[in-house]
Amino acid sequence: MKIIVLVKHVPDAQFDRHLTGEGYTTDRDESILSELDEYALEAALQLAEARGGAKAGNQVIALSMGPSGAVNAIKKALQIGATEGVHLTDDALAGSDAAATSLALAAAIRHLGSDAPVDLVLTGMASTDGETSLVPAQLAERLDLPQVTFASSLEVDGGRLTARRDADTSSETVEAPLPAVVSVTDQINEPRYPNFKGIIAAKRKSITTLSLADIGVDPAQVGHAGSWTSVLSAEERPPRTAGTIITDEGDAGIKLVDFLAAQKLL
Amino acid sequence: MAKVLVYIDNPGTSLKKSSLELLTLGRALGETAVALNGKLHDDVAAAFAEYGVGTVLLPSAEDLDDFLVAPKAAYLAAAAGQAGADIVLLDNSPEGKEIAARAGIRLNAGVITDVVAVDADGTAHKSVLAGSYNTACKAGTAVSVLTVKANNVVPEPAAAPAALETVTVEVPAVSAAARITAREQKVASGRPDLTDARIVVAGGRGLDGDFGPVEELADALGAAVGASRAATDAGWISHDAQVGQTGKTVSPQLYISAGISGAIQQKAGMQTAKVIVAVNKDAESPVFEIADFGIVGDLFDVLPQATAEIKKRKG
Ligand SMILES: Cc1cc2nc3c(=O)[nH]c(=O)nc-3n(C[C@H](O)[C@H](O)[C@H](O)COP(=O)(O)OP(=O)(O)OC[C@H]3O[C@@H](n4cnc5c(N)ncnc54)[C@H](O)[C@@H]3O)c2cc1C
Ligand SMILES: Cc1cc2nc3c(=O)[nH]c(=O)nc-3n(C[C@H](O)[C@H](O)[C@H](O)COP(=O)(O)OP(=O)(O)OC[C@H]3O[C@@H](n4cnc5c(N)ncnc54)[C@H](O)[C@@H]3O)c2cc1C
Repeated sequence: MKIIVLVKHVPDAQFDRHLTGEGYTTDRDESILSELDEYALEAALQLAEARGGAKAGNQVIALSMGPSGAVNAIKKALQIGATEGVHLTDDALAGSDAAATSLALAAAIRHLGSDAPVDLVLTGMASTDGETSLVPAQLAERLDLPQVTFASSLEVDGGRLTARRDADTSSETVEAPLPAVVSVTDQINEPRYPNFKGIIAAKRKSITTLSLADIGVDPAQVGHAGSWTSVLSAEERPPRTAGTIITDEGDAGIKLVDFLAAQKLL
Repeated sequence: MAKVLVYIDNPGTSLKKSSLELLTLGRALGETAVALNGKLHDDVAAAFAEYGVGTVLLPSAEDLDDFLVAPKAAYLAAAAGQAGADIVLLDNSPEGKEIAARAGIRLNAGVITDVVAVDADGTAHKSVLAGSYNTACKAGTAVSVLTVKANNVVPEPAAAPAALETVTVEVPAVSAAARITAREQKVASGRPDLTDARIVVAGGRGLDGDFGPVEELADALGAAVGASRAATDAGWISHDAQVGQTGKTVSPQLYISAGISGAIQQKAGMQTAKVIVAVNKDAESPVFEIADFGIVGDLFDVLPQATAEIKKRKG
């Protein structure tokens, strides 16, 4: 199989995150591979391994769009087990909203399918910074491929896939022919960690860099200029501060109710 | 005046509170029409009229529910075109966001998610990065597609009810869509819906398999029940109850957290609650950093005592 896994490079949520600059984009100093994309990568690796892995010609291509630092997310994916990396980077991409991001990624995916067709595009359920979950659905729309999103299980048999999707009021079984765009939840698997062998092997794996010109995208269609949405202002909210903390001396349940009554929450 | 189109999916026999919120918001922005998927029940039609909706658009096809997202988005985009909508409003559920995502591409329209308020000029407000920033965003396109979080508007009927007319929208053919081949209905808990509940009582690993104390307190308060991923992963409660980064994001008036440590992924889903109460036996738990009222103690003592006291006071 030829699988493309989309990996986003995002600010680490363990640290304070900031919106900076004219377009209020995220400051990426302390950035990592978006945690939820590890589930997509694991799903891809399991599908490839079940078919004999890289030796049998299965490809797991980690694709990231982002500034120079995004190459670190690709390297991490290669250490975990992706077979090759692709970095879509161009100054004109800075500040892209979801629609512009999906336009550029769709063009990159088409470009990567020009030699041999892509069977599957796997993504996380949401990035851990923008968190819109718009990109997978917009990719499916732009590529005119079936969309199978929020999959909590995924099986591929022949040219078809079957997935489970848990909605609020029901659980659904979903079927689609390949190729398809699939986003997966954190319920689908337990992502592996890179091991020593993987880290060494990653050094020999190739990372291809693509510019907008390489994928035939007009710079005016992406970035701040080409985006359909913009951030007009961003105000940092004072962090929540701790209130009253008491230790139970046998009557904390009563005190809790007193607090709720005082707050008019009963 | 702006033309607003509100998308409502399968309301059944009555509109959800979040739908009434969208209708109220829509009316504040302009003239509201509804793009409905599913049957238009008489009671729902009456509610539309009461909320000032003049036109209900209905899809020409009846099988939109057999496929995932794509045909619904195609329908909504066609409906927005037919209604001449400037602003399209949807709820902020995972499916709502995805229908918005694809309809946005079809309409060449910017999509803004997680919206909590909309100004008269279409500027949308949203809180981002786990509640650490408030932002104002705008779609520069002719049409804006906004997905609006529940609980940010007080539902209010129109001063005068509208006369309702229905119009059919031809649904464009969609070649590539995933088919839903089976659907298992989940049993409703009878409690308020987690995402629009006024009060949420949530439990974590500290419950050690027994959600009884959390459920009893929730019922005494008329609250929804939430959980940490540790509790849902352990199978003590359904995954639907999970609050956090990969669960639901809630902003209730009151969130009571019991036996939950307050990991960053949990906080991501609840720290915009108005008031947070935490019960945890470990005084060092990070949840206390964001609690308005914290109790260091055993939840198996504190929760039942609080439940009994509430019942006593409520008589
Ligand atoms: C706080 C914040 C709020 C935002 N709100 C909006 C908004 O309301 N509307 C809007 O149009 N834009 C918004 N943006 C911009 C948006 O985040 C970017 O366009 C981003 O490039 C893609 O959206 P996402 O991060 O929400 O991804 P999601 O759609 O949540 O990502 C889902 C999956 O798509 C893949 N993916 C996404 N981006 C990339 C990438 N660059 N490279 C590789 N794979 C990727 C990953 O697999 C990821 O798991 C916002 C950005 C921020 C920081
Ligand atoms: C990709 C990813 C996504 C995630 N998404 C989510 C998410 O959406 N939501 C989420 O919640 N988590 C999420 N997590 C998991 C998160 O990191 C934490 O592991 C989880 O929230 C911990 O749950 P907990 O607080 O119940 O358990 P623990 O961290 O084990 O805490 C249990 C707490 O209970 C207290 N306790 C024990 N017994 C008692 C008692 N008798 N009385 C009072 N207190 C008691 C303990 O002091 C402790 O603080 C995610 C993790 C990852 C990697």
